[in-house]
Amino acid sequence: MTQQPYDVELINVIKEFASPRKDGLVRAVDDVSLQISDGEFFALLGPSGCGKTTTLRMIAGFEDTSSGQILIRGNAVQDVPPFHRPVNTVFQDYALFPHMTALQNVMFGLEMEGVSRSEAKQRATEALELVQLPQAADRKPRQLSGGMQQRVALARALVKRPAVLLLDEPLSALDLKLREDMRYELKAMQKTLGITFIFVTHDQEEAMTMADRIAVMDRGKVLQVGTPEEIYETPATMFVADFIGETNFLRGKLVGQEGQYGVIELDSATTMRAMCGENPPAKGVETTVAIRPEKLTLFPVNGQVKYPDGSFDTAEAYRTAILKDPDIEVREGTIRQAVYIGTDTRYVVGIGKDRNMELTVRLQNYGLRSDAFFEKGQAVYVFWDSENARVLTS
Amino acid sequence: MADSALHSPPLHTGQEIEFDRAKIRRDMIIRRIGKVGMAFNPIFAYFFLWAPIIILVVFSFNNAETVSVWRGFTTQWYQNIFTNALSAGTESARFSTEIMLTSVGNSLFVALVTTIISTVIGTMVAMSLVRGNFPGKSVMDAVLYLPVVIPEITQAISLAVFFRIVFDFVNNANDGLRAAPGFGTIIIGHVAFCISYVTIVVRARFADMNPRLEEAARDLGANEWRTFWRVTFPLILPGVIAGGLLAFTISLDDFIVTFFVSGIGTTTLPIFVYGLLKTRVPPEINAISTLMLVASTVLVGVSLIMQGRNAGKN
Repeated sequence: MTQQPYDVELINVIKEFASPRKDGLVRAVDDVSLQISDGEFFALLGPSGCGKTTTLRMIAGFEDTSSGQILIRGNAVQDVPPFHRPVNTVFQDYALFPHMTALQNVMFGLEMEGVSRSEAKQRATEALELVQLPQAADRKPRQLSGGMQQRVALARALVKRPAVLLLDEPLSALDLKLREDMRYELKAMQKTLGITFIFVTHDQEEAMTMADRIAVMDRGKVLQVGTPEEIYETPATMFVADFIGETNFLRGKLVGQEGQYGVIELDSATTMRAMCGENPPAKGVETTVAIRPEKLTLFPVNGQVKYPDGSFDTAEAYRTAILKDPDIEVREGTIRQAVYIGTDTRYVVGIGKDRNMELTVRLQNYGLRSDAFFEKGQAVYVFWDSENARVLTS
Repeated sequence: MADSALHSPPLHTGQEIEFDRAKIRRDMIIRRIGKVGMAFNPIFAYFFLWAPIIILVVFSFNNAETVSVWRGFTTQWYQNIFTNALSAGTESARFSTEIMLTSVGNSLFVALVTTIISTVIGTMVAMSLVRGNFPGKSVMDAVLYLPVVIPEITQAISLAVFFRIVFDFVNNANDGLRAAPGFGTIIIGHVAFCISYVTIVVRARFADMNPRLEEAARDLGANEWRTFWRVTFPLILPGVIAGGLLAFTISLDDFIVTFFVSGIGTTTLPIFVYGLLKTRVPPEINAISTLMLVASTVLVGVSLIMQGRNAGKN
């Protein structure tokens, strides 16, 4: 067998289940193609019911594919039962065998391979040391905390030295603090071991923190595959933009072109520029513009603006100064809502002719709060770099 | 906007709240009556349930031939049943310790074989019903309770008729084979209804079991056979033992089915006791019944403990 470029490859995979009312078929996974390279930390991200877990279960071998191909290191595995696939799974509820000790759990997979008892014991002990749990070897799963159980589950899968480790919502059963620590630990462990990790999560923050690449799924389809930065900064669809972080959506019509930007008419008196991507919409077509709240900044219409060096300027002078940058756009608006949430303050600003288009703006509270605080009803200028606004076609 | 509605709360700040003291007093009395009633209900019900059994046990130690008045404590009747001596007035031809012990042996033999067969079959059926996916599964699931629900007399007659047909067929074949009712028919009859009980108990255990555990075993390299013996079976074992003990108890106690399908020389303990009762009720009956009660209680108790064991786990 020649060396294949991908560790795991899915080619047009479809999975159909009988519908609950038994009157037809439901597509849980709809024509999914993915290429996952050796040593990659890959996330399948999406809301519940999007088909991410079914995809993982097909790679593990617990579900058959309805059509399409799954290749592991270049070998088609549709007819290979799970116990012959070079992949191992960490289950969401860990699925530790309750009648065995932690050590026996970890040894189980080795015994199934026919490894001698003494070697199995030694390797299992090493695996428990890898997950920093050597002291738990003789305890039953019910005597272990959730975090410890998860480590045992990890050791049990890793001791098999799989080509690919599959993780099904591995952190969802842990409490918040532990979950955040485990993210970095898992990431570090994966880099040390160099094993390909494929993990399923509905938590976008988790996916962003851990994964090298993310596939965003919805209703059985993969909408976008990319690095966390690509997914966040250049979302391909409205769903992706909305699912990952917070986004402002503005409806408008494409009316012209200005350099690299499309000009979108939001209402009869308001336009904005936005990046159009590969398939720009035709002129006059209704489109959606997306811009992240943290890309927007505010300054008051009446009053002064304070510079970082402590000097002051009038708002008008400030406006003139920032507009020297041709990529910057400024629009007038009114504060509709201001909510203080610790690290930042979240404003809702009404813009447009009737101030009825809402933009959420997040300003970090880095200075003194009184310097940067706007009140409900206050007239403000909103400005942003047009590179951060994107036209979404679907 | 809707500010005006939000700014008129139903209670003015500082307004005093008046309680209807009489109404509260009345409701408290009702509550107290309810509490007392709650405690007495089960006492009445349990009295009807347990009184005859308690009387039986008490009178098995009564120093009197007639079962009506308490005349002091004795273990005479227990001694009698093990020393071949029956109280005066009972035809001794009907009773001997040897015959009784033989019938106990018959009962234990039937119960043991029934338990083994019905536990194996019942466990397999339970596994198919929980894990399997085949047409008609829901129907089979529903029909499972039928042997538990239908009157035992119906079942007994149906078995008797069934064996009659089979025997007529075999005996008319003129091939020298002679078939007659015996242990075989009793065991088949007992297995026929014990399977249901075993299946119900084991199925509950299966349904409680996390299917991910079996997936994990397969994921770690165990094929279906090893998955069953290393993971599935150890986890359902308490259910299997509980189901087996239940089958054993039911088989040991059974009278009706046994009565209809037994032959000569296969008298079980319940049939033997029934034979003693034909003329009058000798006090030894109380002693035998008490011993049977103790044996059954122990078995069912162990069965319940096994069912409860590890039930809340994972």
